[in-house]
Amino acid sequence: MALIRKSKQFKWHRKHLLGLRELSVEEITYILDTAKGFEQISTRSVKKAPPLRGKVVVNLFFEDSTRTRNSFALAASRLSADIIEFTQKASSVSKGETLLDTARNLEAMGIDIVVIRHNAGGAPKFLSRNINACVVNAGDGFCEHPTQGLLDVYTIRKIKGTLEGLKIAIVGDIAHSRVARSDMWAMTKLGAEVIFVGPPTLMPTQLSRLPVSVSYSLDEVIEKVDVINMLRIQFERLGGNPFPSIREYSHYFGLTVERMKRAKPDILVMHPGPINRGLEMESEVADGERSVILEQVTNGLAVRMAVLFLVNQAAAQKLKA
Amino acid sequence: MANELLIKNGHVIDPANGIDKKCDVLIVDEKIAEVGEIEKSAQTVIDAAGKLVTPGLIDIHVHFREPGDEEEETIASGSAAAVAAGFTSVVCMPNTNPVIENETDVEYIHRKGRQTRKTHVYTMGAITKGLQGVELAEMGFMAEAGAVGFTDDGRGVQDPSVMLRALKYAAMFDVVMTQHCQDDSFAGNGVMNAGYYSTILGLPGADALAEEAMLWRDIQLVKKIRPGRIRYHAQHISTAGSVELIRAAKKDSLPITCEVTPHHLLLTEECCAEYDTNYKVNPPLRSAKDVEALKQAIAEGLVDALVTDHAPHLQSEKELEFLAAPFGIASLECALGLYVKALIEPGILNWPALIRLMTEKSAKIIGVDKGTLGVGRQGDVTIIDPDAEYKIDVSKFRSKSRNCPYHGWTLKGRVEKTIVGGEIRFEA
Repeated sequence: MALIRKSKQFKWHRKHLLGLRELSVEEITYILDTAKGFEQISTRSVKKAPPLRGKVVVNLFFEDSTRTRNSFALAASRLSADIIEFTQKASSVSKGETLLDTARNLEAMGIDIVVIRHNAGGAPKFLSRNINACVVNAGDGFCEHPTQGLLDVYTIRKIKGTLEGLKIAIVGDIAHSRVARSDMWAMTKLGAEVIFVGPPTLMPTQLSRLPVSVSYSLDEVIEKVDVINMLRIQFERLGGNPFPSIREYSHYFGLTVERMKRAKPDILVMHPGPINRGLEMESEVADGERSVILEQVTNGLAVRMAVLFLVNQAAAQKLKA
Repeated sequence: MANELLIKNGHVIDPANGIDKKCDVLIVDEKIAEVGEIEKSAQTVIDAAGKLVTPGLIDIHVHFREPGDEEEETIASGSAAAVAAGFTSVVCMPNTNPVIENETDVEYIHRKGRQTRKTHVYTMGAITKGLQGVELAEMGFMAEAGAVGFTDDGRGVQDPSVMLRALKYAAMFDVVMTQHCQDDSFAGNGVMNAGYYSTILGLPGADALAEEAMLWRDIQLVKKIRPGRIRYHAQHISTAGSVELIRAAKKDSLPITCEVTPHHLLLTEECCAEYDTNYKVNPPLRSAKDVEALKQAIAEGLVDALVTDHAPHLQSEKELEFLAAPFGIASLECALGLYVKALIEPGILNWPALIRLMTEKSAKIIGVDKGTLGVGRQGDVTIIDPDAEYKIDVSKFRSKSRNCPYHGWTLKGRVEKTIVGGEIRFEA
């Protein structure tokens, strides 16, 4: 279709989007370019295009989610797909049905694309091995959240033009963050330098083998970075007592108006949402002029449309072949 | 009339008696009658030319799931797998349902083993009631019923004071106290080794410290209660740090032994990269550095037994998310070939040294009069073709379970015959 800019020679072949770690620079760039083409659909008076007409997308969510889930639903509907919402509470999962049985049942109903969020790292990959439908990872445990990573780099690229040479801080609970991991893969592949910032108790194991540097001091990092992504403190995932109090955490790692005064004037402030206002970020910063948090949400829609479009296209080509 | 079985022309390896040469073995009425050049006839004669003739192999760490989880394995199916793999004796772990924690439970395992008439089936008993780590189980009665050791395997005894009490109490009996070294406060909800791979796979990791902390603690406890009739055995050690601790303990001549599994010698944490739950095992697969340390430990003679930790699970249980699937690898049926691949092929051990770990040394840990071809000993013999290659096909397993990551591997060293008490219980 005319909306899609054909990059030179490159051909998208993946019928699943499981993570960004396995994607090449060309693949990531291709998704971003494709998303750019879809952005305008949302600004038309008739916000719909036909590429997924007659296709069925299931939102298979085993964890709570509002914005990712709605974003995928809206993206699917803009592409004219039918959408089934499947939640843990509303289904037989609570009666002990295995993920595999659930997926096979859905497939028996003629599903084309499964958008899955699951508390277990690797669940989307497991699913992709066992069913024929396309699988899109909407967040698995603390492994990856590829569409969030894509919308983050999309947002940065849109404003800064490129990620090449940018310094980006990702701040907070890195250990339990799938966003931090997907961001890390996408940002570093596109040429940015990533710094993980947070207390040592919230850092994952063997960071030395990852393409990032680490700092325990937001004060040292704040002046140097072009982009700062403030992760949400996920109380539901924190085991034990990784920091003594919320007050002490905010003191060291909260993005305050005071800290922002020392930041570069053109810094971008990001957050994957939902924000704990006053904890990881003061409201004045979240709503301030350097914040691109709502642009992230808007761009997420275009990125998810691109992903659904591309995996479906790859599946159709595989079928033909 | 006496029942005679003569094994002719084989290469006999009997490390306990220093035999490593071509000769014959005669078994009369369940017992080894003679080893040497034997020029007489017998009712049954086996020509073992080109084969190795060894004491029956012993695996002191298996899970046969009976009672309680007979859909995964039974003593009958596990024993059939055992003899097919050359094992004439196995030791079942007590973490069944119900737990093996009194003399009646022990007798049940023994009776099932006898009825199956395949391999000798021994069992360990629980250290604490229900494996809860709180109250001591009746170790004395269980020892009298024939339990060959004690463990809360599947978990470690967390409370140091409970473990100290267990070790002290057990000193009344001549038994081995064994431990699955895992400090749960360090292991947390880990499902694989804590490291680079757990980080990029987004899975909770269990730190090597979880194993090492408990092993270190237990070594201190053993020191504390010496001198006493105490024997301590660390089950399935898996980390370089554990090797260091064992090395130091042995240097101090402490009564401490340890065992290693084939998967901790052949596989690393990297195997989990595709979330294949057949690689989910506890202790978890570690780093390449840990594998090297374990091999080095074996080369140095620091390891006392090779065990499979055969842990069968249903396919439906393993067909789950990595986070949710149960721990365990079923490898009993291909054990010998795996050891050959891990230890003989790279030149870490020769055949006599390997056989010694799988027979004499294993028997010594559990205190049974087996593992040698000494005259008068029970006629348990394994005949091995050291050069025969075979491909692992899990669909052919006699075990009820298929959770074996080695499917499709080609191994060398095939078991040709397994003789238990003078009776041929398996022929390839």
